[in-house]
Parts: sequence; structure tokens; C-alpha cells
Amino acid sequence: MSTTETLEPAPVDAIAKKDLTEALLYLDGVTVTFDGFRALNALSFTVDPGEMRAIIGPNGAGKTTMMDCITGKTRPDRGDVFFAGGTVDLTKLDETQICTLGIGRKFQKPTVFESHTVLDNLRLALKGQRSALPNIFRKETAEQRDRIDEIFETIKLTEHRGRLGGALSHGQKQWLEIGMLLAQDPKLLLVDEPVAGMTDAETAQTAELLREINANGHSVVVVEHDMTFVRDLGVRVMCLHEGSVLAEGTLDQVSANERVIEVYLGR
Amino acid sequence: MSTLDTRPPALLGTSGQIFLAITLGVAVLVPALNLLLPPDSPFYIPTYVVSLLGKYLTYALLALSVDLIWGYVGILSLGHGAFFALGGYAMGMYLMRQIGTRGVYGDPVLPDFMVFLNWKELPWFWWGFDMFPYAALMVLFAPGVLALVFGWFAFRSRVTGVYLSIITQAMTFALLLAFFRNDMGFGGNNGLTDFKDILGFNIQSDGTRATLFALSALALAGGYVLCRFLVRSHFGKVLVAIRDAETRVRFTGYRAENYKLVAFVVSAMLAGIAGALYVPQVGIINPSEFSPANSIEIIVWVAVGGRGTLVGAALGAVLVNYAKTYFTSGLLAPYWLFMLGGLFVAVTLFLPKGIVGTFYEWREKRRPPPDEAAPPLAEPRPAE
Repeated sequence: MSTTETLEPAPVDAIAKKDLTEALLYLDGVTVTFDGFRALNALSFTVDPGEMRAIIGPNGAGKTTMMDCITGKTRPDRGDVFFAGGTVDLTKLDETQICTLGIGRKFQKPTVFESHTVLDNLRLALKGQRSALPNIFRKETAEQRDRIDEIFETIKLTEHRGRLGGALSHGQKQWLEIGMLLAQDPKLLLVDEPVAGMTDAETAQTAELLREINANGHSVVVVEHDMTFVRDLGVRVMCLHEGSVLAEGTLDQVSANERVIEVYLGR
Repeated sequence: MSTLDTRPPALLGTSGQIFLAITLGVAVLVPALNLLLPPDSPFYIPTYVVSLLGKYLTYALLALSVDLIWGYVGILSLGHGAFFALGGYAMGMYLMRQIGTRGVYGDPVLPDFMVFLNWKELPWFWWGFDMFPYAALMVLFAPGVLALVFGWFAFRSRVTGVYLSIITQAMTFALLLAFFRNDMGFGGNNGLTDFKDILGFNIQSDGTRATLFALSALALAGGYVLCRFLVRSHFGKVLVAIRDAETRVRFTGYRAENYKLVAFVVSAMLAGIAGALYVPQVGIINPSEFSPANSIEIIVWVAVGGRGTLVGAALGAVLVNYAKTYFTSGLLAPYWLFMLGGLFVAVTLFLPKGIVGTFYEWREKRRPPPDEAAPPLAEPRPAE
């Protein structure tokens, strides 16, 4: 695990000036306004290939809107959103195209297919044919079965594979959704509040799971309020406030920042 | 790790086998009891009953087509009667052309209503309907193309839920008004009737009636197997996923609108086949088949039988229509619509999963290992 490198402090300016072609994800001056409310205000940041980044910030800071902009759910009023070294303009694509490019998203509220079995949930998410007509005659290959077994090992839901998605506990649903992301094999995972409503033990396991996913070469952006969890991740942290980056660096640096303490952490 | 649950569910579960056995059984038995027994035998089935039962079977196929999209994709179409009627009109046009010089006006080409309207030649859209293969193609094509165009616009624009239901209703109402007009060239108010023969066989004869009945039963069986094949495929799993969490499906990389469109077109074609089998058995097709109330009635059949079970939809159609035949012919006739409405309310309140859905639930409770029961309906939850 390469956590020591990612913990190296770097000033905000250096990151903003980083070359577009080096970044996996590149946001520059992204602004979104809803009925006069500015949800994102000239937000700029980049995510490197293989990087894991945690994003914190008070409610209404624009964390979910940022994810909406990256995944095509919301179109920014202004600004650039580029993927894969500036080769793809994400603002021109819809959710499905962006997903196909290799950006997977876990929603804040766990969203699994409740009336499908856990196994079928993973089958549906597994990278592969997405067109309607060929899927009528699709047969599962041994390779696909092995991959699903692997993911079950990773998310530790093997013995629940026959249960309905809707019958899982809250924490299990969160894991299943992360497993579904893994099955898509995205280059970048956007994970919105993965440990909300989890016990401490589950939270620690989730941090472990995300580190493992990151170590396997996936870039990860995690939005989370739980500071213990963010500390467990041990990655670069970015604090959003009123739609732009307030502070960035290691968790210690960010949490020592006067402004962050004022607007988010509290004194 | 169990390998048991990686096995896909059987194409035909227990209920499916029973359903097919009954359908194929009546396909043989009813015509046999009609044709082979003397009329004074206690087991003899009169020809009018054969046609009545045949009508129920076409309704069952229609209900199946609605269940495919409502039960498995969550598309509540309140205009499915339109696809049924279009299939019926395509068949009706073929039957009209078979009348030939036997019509009241004796025109070898023009149907009576065109002569009556002083039309001199056959409109272009009637060309080819003297050939059965062309008409049969149109039975699939007319509803299929309408569903394709309608669905393409509706699903791409992400019209869902009650709004989609309303525009399907508007679609069938618009067609109702259009087909009422004499200028449309489909016989206006009176529709198409006075059919003489089909493929050279007298449409009134016992043999033809029995054959049409058997074909309706076979179509129902075939439609069931097709729907069952679709819903248990990977494609079908995506459909159910769309029903429960459409946004999640999009974020998983599937084009939900394309999946809906394929299901909608297949469903419309099944409804068209049902309409085409219905018309020769009842002997008439007119614009009232497009009336919105008809389409709503189909929803009641499916709800009564059990949404998302396929077998239930077919059962519901037969039961409700049997009740309709029974009650509309006696003292209770004026109150049928109240009873139908009451039935829908009662089913919604007391039997929300319908007859078959409730039975599956009961069976599920008695027997722990889950089998081929259709996935229970979850409340659609929008992804945040």
C-alpha cells in the first residue's frame, strides 16, 4: 500500500496548476446554480490515476452536486470537467456513457436492486454487454462466475448471495453497492457517504475495503463526514465549503486549518 | 459456497407447467368436445361457447402482454387496448377483402362501406390486405411500429409513472376519435364486420371456430413461454431492475430507455396477435375497442390475477371476463361496471398481490427454499 506517498503534503496551488494531461479527473472553474443558490462556485481540483481522495465539508457544501456533475446527472453552468488526461469532456455525456467510460458511483442512500438476489445484483453490475437485444440470449461464462466469486470474497457477502437485495442490513447494502461498483471495474469510483449508519466495526471494515480497492489500481473519491473513517483511510483530504475548495492536504493539516474549524469541525 | 443458487430458474416452474398443461389441454379438449360429440351429449360444447372461450383466451394473451411491461418494467400502460385493436383491424381488413362480391353492393374490390361512401378505388393503406401473409405481417407491424415510435419519444424523454399512463391513455383516445371518422377509411363507427371466410374456410362453421379456438390457446401458450423466456434472461433482470431503481440502472451503464422500448414493442405485438385472433371469433372490430375504459379494464384483469406473475394475468383475464359474461346477462346487468370498479378497489385493498401473487407468497412462507416465484414487487425507490 502506498499510503506514505499520498500523505506527502502539497500546497493547493501546485495541484491546481498540475497539467491537465496527467490527471484522471480534472475539474476547473465548475459552477452550478439552482434557483439562485450557488451549489458549486468555481470548483477546481484534480484526481491522479491511482489516487484515493477523501472529501469532507458541511451539509450544502456541494459534495453531492460535485458527484452529480462528474457523473452527468447535473450539467454545470460553467467550467470544465475532463476525464482520462483531458481526453473526454464529461459535460457532453450522459450518465450511461460516463459509466461506460469507467466512472462508477455509489449513492449516499444505498441503492441496490431490492427484488433481485445479491448474486443477481452483482451479475447486473458486472462489466460486460450492456445492449438490450444481445442480453436476451446472454449466457454466463465461467470467467464471469469466477469474477463474481472474487468480488463476494472481497465484500464478504458470499453466504448472502441467495438472499434478496432488499433483505440485507443497511451495512450489507452499502457493501453490496461497493461490490457492484467493483464489478463494473471502473477507473474511478465515486463513493458518497459509505459508512453512514454503520457500526464502528463495519466502518473500520469499510475503510479496509476501500484501501484494498485503491491498492488494486482503482482511483477513489470518497465523500464522508465520519472523521474516524477518514483517518482510517489515511489519504489526502479536501474540505469543501460553499461550493469551492476550502483546504486541502493531510487530515491533520486540514483539521488544523482555522477556516475549516470555523465552518465545519467546530471549536 | 453453494452452487445451487447460481443455477438459473427453470424456464417453466411448477405453475408454468400447470398453466401450459391446462392451455394445451383445452386446445385439444374443447374443439374435440364440440366437433366429435353429438349435440345431445351432456359433454357437448356448443359452438357459441367455443367462440366465447376463445375470446377469453385472446384476452388472456392481451393481459399477458400488459403484465410483461407493467409487472416487470413498471410501465403502467392505460392504452394497451390500442395495440389490441390495431392487430384486430389488420385482421379485419384481411377478412373484409375476403368477402369479395358477396357484399351487399357486390363490389369485387371495395368493401361495402367504401361503396356506400362513393369511393371509387381502394385507398393505398388497404393494398395487400387481400393476401393473408401480408395481413399477418401487419398484425405485428402496425402495433409494433406505433409502440416503437411512441415509446422512442416517451422513454427517451424519460416520461415515467403517472405521466406515461396519461399519455398512453391519450394515445388510445386519439385513435378512438380517428377511427370513428368515416374519412379514415376503416368503416367509421360501424367498423369492419360481415366477415365470410378466412383462408377459404367459412368463418361461421364449427370446424373454423374450433380451429380458431385452438390457435388462440396455442398463441397464449406461446406468448407465455416467450414472456417467461424474456423475464428470466439477463435482459429481463435489467427490466426488473429498471422497475425498482431506474436511476441506478442508468448509473450501472444500461440504457434504460432501450430496454423499455424493446419490452414495450414486444408487448404491443403480443397484444396485436391477441386482437387478430379476437376479431374472427367475435365477428366484428369497431372503434369502441380503442376506448380508454377497455384499456383500464385490462389493468383490472392483471391486478386481480396478480401483477408480475404472468400466469396470474392470464387467470385474471379469464376470471373477470367469465364474471362479466355471467353478470351482464341477468338481473345484475346494469350494475356490472360498479362491480368491476368494486372488484378493483377490493383487490387493491385486500389482495394487493392479486390471486396468484398471494398464493406465491403463501407458498413461500410454507416452504423455505425459494424457487421460481416471480420477484416480489418492491416499492420503486428513486436513487438519490
